[in-house]
Amino acid sequence: MPTLQELQDVTVQTRRDILRMVHKVNSGHPGGSLGCAEFFVALYHEVMALKEGFDMDGDGEDLFFLSNGHISPVFYSVLARRGYFPIEELNTFRLINSRLQGHPTTHEGLPGVRIASGSLGQGMSVAIGAALAKKLNKDEHLIYSLHGDGELQEGQNWEAIMYAAGNKVDNLIATIDLNGQQIDGSTDAVLPMGDVKKKFEAFGWDVLDIKEGNSIEAILKGMQEAKNRTGKGKPVCILLHTIMGHGVDFMMHTHAWHGKAPNDEQLAVGLEQNPETLGDY
Amino acid sequence: MKKYTDTGKNDTRSGFGAGLAELGRTNPNVVALCADLIGSLKMQEFIAENPERFFQIGIAEANMMGIAAGLTIGGKIPFTGTFANFSTGRVYDQIRQSIAYSDKNVKICASHAGLTLGEDGATHQILEDIGLMKMLPGMTVINPCDYNQTKAATIAIADHDGPVYLRFGRPKVANFTAADQTFEIGKAIMLNEGTDVTIVATGHLVWEALIAAENLENQGISAEVINIHTIKPLDETAILNSVKKTGCIVTAEEHNFLGGLGESVARTLAIQHPTPQEFVATQDTFGESGTPAQLMEKYGLNNKAIEKAVLKVIKRK
Repeated sequence: MPTLQELQDVTVQTRRDILRMVHKVNSGHPGGSLGCAEFFVALYHEVMALKEGFDMDGDGEDLFFLSNGHISPVFYSVLARRGYFPIEELNTFRLINSRLQGHPTTHEGLPGVRIASGSLGQGMSVAIGAALAKKLNKDEHLIYSLHGDGELQEGQNWEAIMYAAGNKVDNLIATIDLNGQQIDGSTDAVLPMGDVKKKFEAFGWDVLDIKEGNSIEAILKGMQEAKNRTGKGKPVCILLHTIMGHGVDFMMHTHAWHGKAPNDEQLAVGLEQNPETLGDY
Repeated sequence: MKKYTDTGKNDTRSGFGAGLAELGRTNPNVVALCADLIGSLKMQEFIAENPERFFQIGIAEANMMGIAAGLTIGGKIPFTGTFANFSTGRVYDQIRQSIAYSDKNVKICASHAGLTLGEDGATHQILEDIGLMKMLPGMTVINPCDYNQTKAATIAIADHDGPVYLRFGRPKVANFTAADQTFEIGKAIMLNEGTDVTIVATGHLVWEALIAAENLENQGISAEVINIHTIKPLDETAILNSVKKTGCIVTAEEHNFLGGLGESVARTLAIQHPTPQEFVATQDTFGESGTPAQLMEKYGLNNKAIEKAVLKVIKRK
């Protein structure tokens, strides 16, 4: 089991990876990626029960689905550093003939990815399907998923949210990245979503908050609590309160870095704030 | 001309239901999903025998496609059931990203395709679904002609690894293919050999093509009739071999002439063997309410329309 310091070291390195990946190709989505770095590191290095290697069916292990596929930089960095594919391959992000497409896909055979995502609102349904397959296979492992808060504006989510509660899909832990931002501004400015917690609860989910969504300790504690609540007849929702752009001061608390890469000077500042820990790719 | 006997009218959707029920008994990985249309899709037998392998999704087709994609992760072979309109246009992006682009082994089974849904009108009919689905990379598109063939196709697609769109209909139509047939995806079936014209038909229009061929024989015209149950991948060899002999072709389908079987055939011929072609299909229009027979007559999708198209195309040789 990794120590807290080790998890924090991976997180800092992940931030460096994210910044360097999007900087190199002058495209991609650093803001949401940085905000979820702690969550991904905790998930892949501690929370999920994972087998060595990768097979699509994932029998006998926990599975993760990324619905808001634009935060592919954090997903790719964490998958690579967890051993799913060579870390050097992060160099190919968004380049022609790469397995690291702008948004995650199974099409190029990248280990660790089980569904294409990017067109928003589809991941919850897919996660439910995988959870139902686990139940049919009598596999007691869990399904994890991540969704943007702005993404909840897509109606398919609410079909899925209704289905999961109505059919007691209680081996599913769906996390909402509640950073309050989307492309055009704050979620409240673009389309006010009201009380997300009450909405999930009204649909019949068991909801818990991780108020400090950029604290590994808080995430580990919250995820353990979420696991304890599975298998009790309700799907579990985590509202993960994160800061978009976390860890790079000028990218924090704004939607400006949703889909914009840093220039050379900005990259240097960002890297200085996140000194190398595990070695750059 | 080779004789075919209607062994008793039946609906192709019942062929799907029978095939699905058989799969329930023979393939433990097959699961079924439905969006509140169990009776219309004839799924009751499968559900009664395999309640744990059936998922009632409710009126939420987008969610159904996503759940089906997820079920494949874990080795299931999901068959989704709803009307053709709600199986395609309504959920196109879900199919595109979560199923086709993600290479998921989902069987999208679509009833009430084309005009023959009848009285419900254009909101529930669809004449664009073949085009929508054949444009998706990796998607197999199948439109069987009768009850027996739909049952055989349903069973066959479970063994095909990859997404499939299986299209069938509501009305009771002639059942004339063999009850014990083996369905081979992508392999056209020669129904009648002829020398003057090739008629390539799919779905409900295959029986109409046979009637047309019989009428044409009485006028001294020898028509070759081919059943193209698989629109993608298209059996190009069968089509090319036939037109090299006959020199002209009529395509017949219950679909818009844009995007349908006719266009796939035209593309093949344009590249490999330019040949005069006439299209029996709807002419870029929506349907409307009416009985199936009235609609097929009004929109030019019956044996008389095929016969007329043959007489026209032969003059163009």
